[in-house]
Amino acid sequence: MPESDRTPILELRGISKRFGAVQALFNVDFDVYTSEVVGLVGDNGAGKSTLIKCVAGIHPIDEGEIWFEGRKVNIQNPKDATDLGIQTVYQDLALCDNLDVVSNLYLGREQTTRLPLDEVGMEKRSLEVLRDLSVSIPSVRTIIASLSGGQRQSVAISRAVMWNSKLVILDEPTAALGVLQSHQVLELIKNLRQQGLAVIVISHNLADIFEVVDRISVLRLGRNNGVFNVHGTSQEQVVGAITGAEFGTNNHGISQSQEHKEGSSK
Amino acid sequence: MSTMINDPRLESERSGNFFQRWRQRFSQSDLGPLPIVFGLIVIWLIFQRANDKFLSPLNLTNLMAQIAALGTIAVGAVLVLLLGEVDLSMGAVSGLCAAVMAVLNVEHGVPGPIAVLMGLLAGLIVGLFQGFWVTRFKIPSFIVTLAGLIGWNGALLYVLGDTGTVNLRDNFIVGLASTFLKRDIHNGELYSWIVGILFVIMFAASFIWDRQRRKNAGLQFRSIGGLILQIAVVAVLVVGMLLITNADRGLPSAMVFFIAVLVLFDFITQRTVFGRHIYAVGGNAEAARRASINVTFVRVAVFGLASTLAAFGGILAASRLLAVNQSAGGSDLLLNVIASAVIGGTSLFGGRGTVWSALLGALVIGSISNGMDLLAMPSPIKFMITGGVLLAAVTIEAISRQHRETSGR
Repeated sequence: MPESDRTPILELRGISKRFGAVQALFNVDFDVYTSEVVGLVGDNGAGKSTLIKCVAGIHPIDEGEIWFEGRKVNIQNPKDATDLGIQTVYQDLALCDNLDVVSNLYLGREQTTRLPLDEVGMEKRSLEVLRDLSVSIPSVRTIIASLSGGQRQSVAISRAVMWNSKLVILDEPTAALGVLQSHQVLELIKNLRQQGLAVIVISHNLADIFEVVDRISVLRLGRNNGVFNVHGTSQEQVVGAITGAEFGTNNHGISQSQEHKEGSSK
Repeated sequence: MSTMINDPRLESERSGNFFQRWRQRFSQSDLGPLPIVFGLIVIWLIFQRANDKFLSPLNLTNLMAQIAALGTIAVGAVLVLLLGEVDLSMGAVSGLCAAVMAVLNVEHGVPGPIAVLMGLLAGLIVGLFQGFWVTRFKIPSFIVTLAGLIGWNGALLYVLGDTGTVNLRDNFIVGLASTFLKRDIHNGELYSWIVGILFVIMFAASFIWDRQRRKNAGLQFRSIGGLILQIAVVAVLVVGMLLITNADRGLPSAMVFFIAVLVLFDFITQRTVFGRHIYAVGGNAEAARRASINVTFVRVAVFGLASTLAAFGGILAASRLLAVNQSAGGSDLLLNVIASAVIGGTSLFGGRGTVWSALLGALVIGSISNGMDLLAMPSPIKFMITGGVLLAAVTIEAISRQHRETSGR
């Protein structure tokens, strides 16, 4: 765990979110530090997506506080989040298949030399960004449709981090990828940590999570259900926290959460 | 880099000389416009065998005058197709706007240039209206422009009034499309050569300038061979066109306008932020929206531009026919416009194609029509053959797309 005297770049305190009759999140705490990768795990419907959408500004929170770089912030819409330096890469990647890598990296932020597009400047910067992140792509002028799944994911992540981002949220970055391509993306995530970014990874794949993250935060039925340091924690323990199986019953989210917090901070 | 995995199958286009890259593109079925250029040559050779006047300067000059209006409207169709939308009203709009121009000029005495501008403005307003309707109420453009096709056709009949035909006599309007540079303009042949050569020099300069900038920036740049080939292709096309037309009456003014439209819209689509956004919206509208591109603005603007081009095409056609009548912009014009864009290689699914496909497609459609007329073939045969060519062209495109997908590209 990071030293306790450091301030988390993002800290969520007592977040609650309700959709009609459904209490999607209840009193959830979460934090992530710079140069840290945190895994956010949980079963389907545990509230992972809702939580990151709260941070990304898609769903404003009902209750609770969001602190960013030590300041209390109010995130009402996606622009608030991107202005703070929070970027989210969703599963669909939001790339234009028919455009090349450079065009996608600069989508909506095109540089011009007076009227015409500054293709040379954009291509140069794209190459630098991809080189810094050790992303290998045949050519930055290949169209996205011609890239492998891992390369597409890498392009989407590169785009998220190249605009002065501080926190990057990755939603299931390896879900659709083969072994080699997953490896590529996991290496990229490690690179992001080295560059001093904070990264939140949502994944169902615990093997991937254990390979790349520093801490794991478990959500269950919309509540915290434990934070684990990957060193000294087994996958079985995390699975137990996700399913509630460890405790025989599975209807007492709060008490489990408390037990786990004590257990994980030993 | 050492920790990254390089999949050798994806190492395309990274290196290799000009010929290796083309061989790669062949094996990946990424041939660009080559199949359709080949098809055009085949069509020309067939007609030339059937009638040796087909490739004469007289007939090729006629062909250029014939395709200019169709091609201009097809540029608009390409823009709309790039969005993944369709505009069925382009034929009707071209007729309506030509009628607006003709009635203003002939019946209300509005000077020619102003009447032309009013015709173009009418097109712009119609297009913006349709674009607004498509985006505001989220009705498929197919339906909105189908309503437009019927409605604007009614408006055409209404504007023309009882007589049903307006004959054009204004020198400016008639001169728009019916001028031949050598025959009708003093020193026109000389001017056409000066402009043509300046055009080639400008193209060459921009290619060389581009290459130099890339070289200075340490980026990959085109080989000298590729550069010379590209400049040579442009030079041969321009010089060839001028040699042929100047052996007859000279370049038709309608073709000059068509080329100007092509160059202008090539610049807009390939070199400007707006053009990039057209491709982005056509490729993945949701991604474009999330990248804070104003998708609604792009859509409305493209519909506006497309209808303006339809109006311009309609005005060129009226100028050539010296009249606007009740069938203006009707019958098979719309079908030929969309066929031209698609035959030229623009995808119906959005995001793929260039404005040059309007030129290629219009040449194919125009050549078939012209050749059939030379052979005095009846319309039924003409339609069936045009349909067959359209089907063949989209089949080639579809097969190459499937091949791309199955080979993971």
